[in-house]
Amino acid sequence: MLRQIHALPGLIAALLVTALALTGAVLSVQPALERFAAPSVATATMSVAALAEAAKAQHAEIDKIVKTASGTVVVSYFDGDKAGADLVDPATGRVIGPHEPSATIRFVTNLHRSLLLGTAGRVAVGLGALTMVVLTITGAMMLAARLGGWSALLKPIRGGGRQRWHAQAGRLAITGLLLTAMTGCFLSLTSFELIPDGSADPVATASGTGGERASVGSLAALRAVDLADLRELAFPYAADPTDTYRLTTAAGVMQIDAATGEALSFQPHSTARQLYEMIYRLHTGQGLWPLGLFLGLSALAVPVFAVTGAMIWWQRRRSLPRIADNSSASAADTVILVGSEGNSTWGFARTLHAALTQAGHKVHAAPMNALAPAYPKAARMLILAATYGDGTAPASASGFLARLDRSALTLPVAVLGFGDRSFPKFCRFAEDVAAALAKKGWPALIEIDRIDRQSAQSFALWGDRLGAALGHALALAHVAERPKTTVLELVKRADYGAGVQAPTAILTFRLPEAAAGLPFWRRLVPAALPPFEAGDLVGILPPGSAVPRYYSLASSSREGILEICVRKQPGGLCSGFLSDLPLGGRIDGFIRAKPDFRPNASTAPLILIGAGAGIAPLMGFLRANRSHRETHLYWGGRSPASDFLYREDLASCMADGRLSALKAVFSRVAGGGYVQDRLATDAQHLATLLRRGAQIMVCGGRDMAKGVSQALDAILAPMGSSTTALKASGLYLEDVY
Amino acid sequence: MRRLARALALALPLGLAGALAHSAAAEARPVRITTTLKPYGGDGAYLAIYITDPLGKLHKTVRIAGGKAKYYKHLSAWNRLSGGRIDGTTGASVGSGQSLSVSVDIADALIDAGYQIRVDSAVENENDVPGDAVAPLTTSGAGKPVAGRGYVKSLTFDM
Repeated sequence: MLRQIHALPGLIAALLVTALALTGAVLSVQPALERFAAPSVATATMSVAALAEAAKAQHAEIDKIVKTASGTVVVSYFDGDKAGADLVDPATGRVIGPHEPSATIRFVTNLHRSLLLGTAGRVAVGLGALTMVVLTITGAMMLAARLGGWSALLKPIRGGGRQRWHAQAGRLAITGLLLTAMTGCFLSLTSFELIPDGSADPVATASGTGGERASVGSLAALRAVDLADLRELAFPYAADPTDTYRLTTAAGVMQIDAATGEALSFQPHSTARQLYEMIYRLHTGQGLWPLGLFLGLSALAVPVFAVTGAMIWWQRRRSLPRIADNSSASAADTVILVGSEGNSTWGFARTLHAALTQAGHKVHAAPMNALAPAYPKAARMLILAATYGDGTAPASASGFLARLDRSALTLPVAVLGFGDRSFPKFCRFAEDVAAALAKKGWPALIEIDRIDRQSAQSFALWGDRLGAALGHALALAHVAERPKTTVLELVKRADYGAGVQAPTAILTFRLPEAAAGLPFWRRLVPAALPPFEAGDLVGILPPGSAVPRYYSLASSSREGILEICVRKQPGGLCSGFLSDLPLGGRIDGFIRAKPDFRPNASTAPLILIGAGAGIAPLMGFLRANRSHRETHLYWGGRSPASDFLYREDLASCMADGRLSALKAVFSRVAGGGYVQDRLATDAQHLATLLRRGAQIMVCGGRDMAKGVSQALDAILAPMGSSTTALKASGLYLEDVY
Repeated sequence: MRRLARALALALPLGLAGALAHSAAAEARPVRITTTLKPYGGDGAYLAIYITDPLGKLHKTVRIAGGKAKYYKHLSAWNRLSGGRIDGTTGASVGSGQSLSVSVDIADALIDAGYQIRVDSAVENENDVPGDAVAPLTTSGAGKPVAGRGYVKSLTFDM
């Protein structure tokens, strides 16, 4: 919901708010320019009377003298039929030169105020300011939700390119934009007279004695006022003998008799006017030039928002799986909701959708997060939910439970969980969903079922059960869609661990050499590896299987190679295939980005912890550590003689400073142990590093990861912290398999 | 019944006053006042077109041009003379380089008797120009443009 409120007006108003922001940014520099062109008036240098006298000596008729918030003094005058204005030195009263407001600035100001479209433009600009308020507030709410609460707003932002830019720019600009947009709304409302701005305040109309006018320099009431306090002095109209001087200061307006120099009336500024003036200055930065520059810089973030926001929206739209003949939510008799992290569960949803549609149903499929308040024609709901990581909701279902909690719906429902039985919390999210639905009183169409590792057979069996409940046959013949893969050729392999029952291989792949007979353009623009970084995953499809296995990458695509570490599992289809792969052998692989598993940009120490083949991404980070950030590696193997992976590479990283300390520990040597034991003996040293804000990255099997977090919790507890707390602030990252 | 009687009693004297005003208009003549602005290039200008008597007091407001009443006080000379009360017509502001023509019936007795047609002008966020253009209401002055000193390029009246 929040996202829609943010995205829809954002897209519609993107051009408008960008125009307002850019013109605003141009204008924001003015107060600073004026400030440096006109030094501020020192107190007790000159009285208003003296300045007025100096001005009067120059011209036949003075209209008024204005001192702006920036300290510029401008004298407007009439010489016969000619009106003009002079810039005056506030220290001496001497004319500096003619005051010629820049036509460009006037043009930009008008563009900013009304888009040069008169009243319609002013309405549009007001709505633009309102949109900006909505966007800033909803954006801040989304950012807070994403980072885990308002108190986390200053914590590091993780995530991929555009999103990160969008969030980062938002965090920097939020204060300035909120101030600009809210004051802009206020000014817009005053311009439509919906809020008083003091311009309707009554004007004092006392009349002077009408005697012969004395010289302005001799008027007592003007001699008493210092130039520093002046805002405006309006001279009496020559043709009106009883007209008076009007002196405006910060406090109010005083009428002064032109003949006697006596103060005739004083009217203090109304609260409405004072409020308006304050807000006007906060919006324009007039007289507050650092604020002006700050607001201008904040405004420059708006074009960044417009571009990255539109890209995020487009990317999200495109990544929504397309389903043929998807009925609308209001017309469907059957609703399929999908909770998926990658997109594999959507493949199953598509198969289910097609089979139900063929059986004559009107079927609507949508992400779980799109749970609608009502489905007027629906008779049943089918929920396909994957589980992400440690039993949590996948991306497309992150808000489902909260939405369900507010929903008044009840429909017969069937829940199908997708997961991997080798994880301890197999299908945990699907179970949570089923429990929440039961608690809300949704009857179960059929009992919850679970699909292990995308098994097409289990899915077909579930289809049979569902068909029985629906009273017709339902054949679900699911064929997993092959992801778009790249063919890679094995160019190097190094085998370890055969002697300690832990056969592990470091495999290096390249794109195959371009074959002869390729099209001409292909030879000009050679094929390149898909982009990836160390720590991302490569999905590899072993021959005869449509289910990919994932391996952490030890290289980045910039190096021109793709390197992984594979531990041969007993009976493992993919690890067996890779372990036996000869040089020149080929694989089909695709990249899955893992942007959350990266070292942060801090200069604090980095602690890398891994065991066995889990060293792969850590090795990749070490190789890329060209800035020589202080990095400590804790790694566990079985025997230094047999499975010391990357021994030479680690030595060369030590030699050139990319690695500060190597703490390798082996379990099958006398006095050896596991990596978590090594952490415990190093507790004091680790505590020092953690106090310096060190980031920890862990890669390896689940048991090791558990042992490591226990060992670290023991070190963190006396410091009043925990691995959970570090995780929340992005300082504890895990890649566990 | 009683209410109807009261309404009739009110209507009668009103009708009489209307007839008197009509006969007075016979001794007046229509005067067309044309104000042309300079191409100053900003927002539309607010104008006060009014007639002053030989003592410089306000005789009649002919036209206030400009949409927002809160800005009328910037027509400063007129505002002082009138106290902000409008006894003429109002209309939209006049754009840069544009002209505004208004017609008003002026009694013959006012012509060549020291009366003046005056125009005050003001532009939002820019200047206020009291007495931007002043044309003496004389037979010989009719049809001769008078230059303004602010936003007004010329003021002409035709009888």
